[in-house]
Amino acid sequence: MHLDHTHDGPAAVSADAHRPDGSRRALRIGLGGPVGSGKTATVAALCRALRDELSLAVVTNDIYTREDAEFLLREAVLPPERITAVETGACPHTAIRDDISANLEAVEDLEDEVGPLDLILVESGGDNLTATFSKGLVDAQIFVIDVAGGDDIPRKGGPGVTTADLLVVNKTDLAPYVGSDLGRMAADAKAQRAELPVVFQSLRSGGGVQDVAGWVRAQLAAWTA
Amino acid sequence: MSRAALLVLADGRFPAGGHAHSGGAEAAVKAGRITGAASLESFCRGRLHTAGLVAASLAASAVLGVDPMALDAAADARTPSPALRVAGRKLGRQLMRAARATWPSGELDALAREFPKGAHQPVVLGLAARAAGLEAVDAAYCAAYESVSGAASATVRLLSLDPFDATGVLARLAPEVDRVADRAVEAARGVCDDGVDALPAASAPLLEIAAELHAAWPVRLFAS
Repeated sequence: MHLDHTHDGPAAVSADAHRPDGSRRALRIGLGGPVGSGKTATVAALCRALRDELSLAVVTNDIYTREDAEFLLREAVLPPERITAVETGACPHTAIRDDISANLEAVEDLEDEVGPLDLILVESGGDNLTATFSKGLVDAQIFVIDVAGGDDIPRKGGPGVTTADLLVVNKTDLAPYVGSDLGRMAADAKAQRAELPVVFQSLRSGGGVQDVAGWVRAQLAAWTA
Repeated sequence: MSRAALLVLADGRFPAGGHAHSGGAEAAVKAGRITGAASLESFCRGRLHTAGLVAASLAASAVLGVDPMALDAAADARTPSPALRVAGRKLGRQLMRAARATWPSGELDALAREFPKGAHQPVVLGLAARAAGLEAVDAAYCAAYESVSGAASATVRLLSLDPFDATGVLARLAPEVDRVADRAVEAARGVCDDGVDALPAASAPLLEIAAELHAAWPVRLFAS
């Protein structure tokens, strides 16, 4: 990725590491995954874990409402000016992969209006197992699945499960109730992802939340190094 | 010039944000004005000869070197609905990003500097075509076709309309797209002589009114 080439003229074009004024832009982390797997709740948990140590903002990609943005506002995880919603025209994967311009504008506007920022979380609208973020939009991506969606999802693989920089298996507290075998999910994920990390998370019990936050801190340390 | 650059610019996959907009189709579907292929065709015909003609004339004028600031003000004056002005500038900003990355140009840079939140989309389209080495008629075709193709593909999603029927609508409108592109180029030549007041000001009041209503919906698939 050519993150360090510079542009003449106004406004960065895409993934440039620097803003037009020459300062280094915020790290951008994408969160994708199927509908209902807990992307928004994971974003909220990350905000609570990191907001006292980092300057944060969030972009949501709601499919046909502003529910995700409104959930984050209601939960008051960040001040409202740090949360922006992008409309995706019935195609959430298009807005994070094929035509990223609206999301790029949202992240750039957040940096202009509430910056300087250390980290921007870009949450995809709920989609399917093939949805991944463009490298022109984010620097790293988290794919969130849950145990209730079927414990065969890691085995099925697909671009999200296989290539995301971090795989989060959410709602582990539900595993006994839905008959999901966490050991099998871990083994299948390992087979699909080799050395790429996996976190098992339960937002109810709090398990794994600090691991996800720790992974984000490590990404940020690498970005600012 | 490469005429094939027009295919790049006019491709529905050109990453300039159009996929999130319905060209008024979502509001028209909800209001019962588009219910199938026949009413989609009527809707598109209306759009083509009003908003489409104005957009094509603006784009062709920009290719001919008319001052983009004056064209942008003329676009504002021809867009009564504030919601449509916002949508037009958003799309202009998104097209600007894609165009500058695709056909780097000092003129595009200058316009981006002048309008950091976006100039009207047809003006940016014209300058993008100019940067790509295309002619006024090419930009006029692109704007005229976009004025109907976006609404057609949105209707496929909104009504689960048969995609072959929607494509048939576009094919049947093709001769009219030809005429609108010709008229737009003629208007643009007039603008070179007489200034932006020579631009057509065809308007579709229902598009404007429906856009205002649509912008207030709490639940919608498309941004406009």
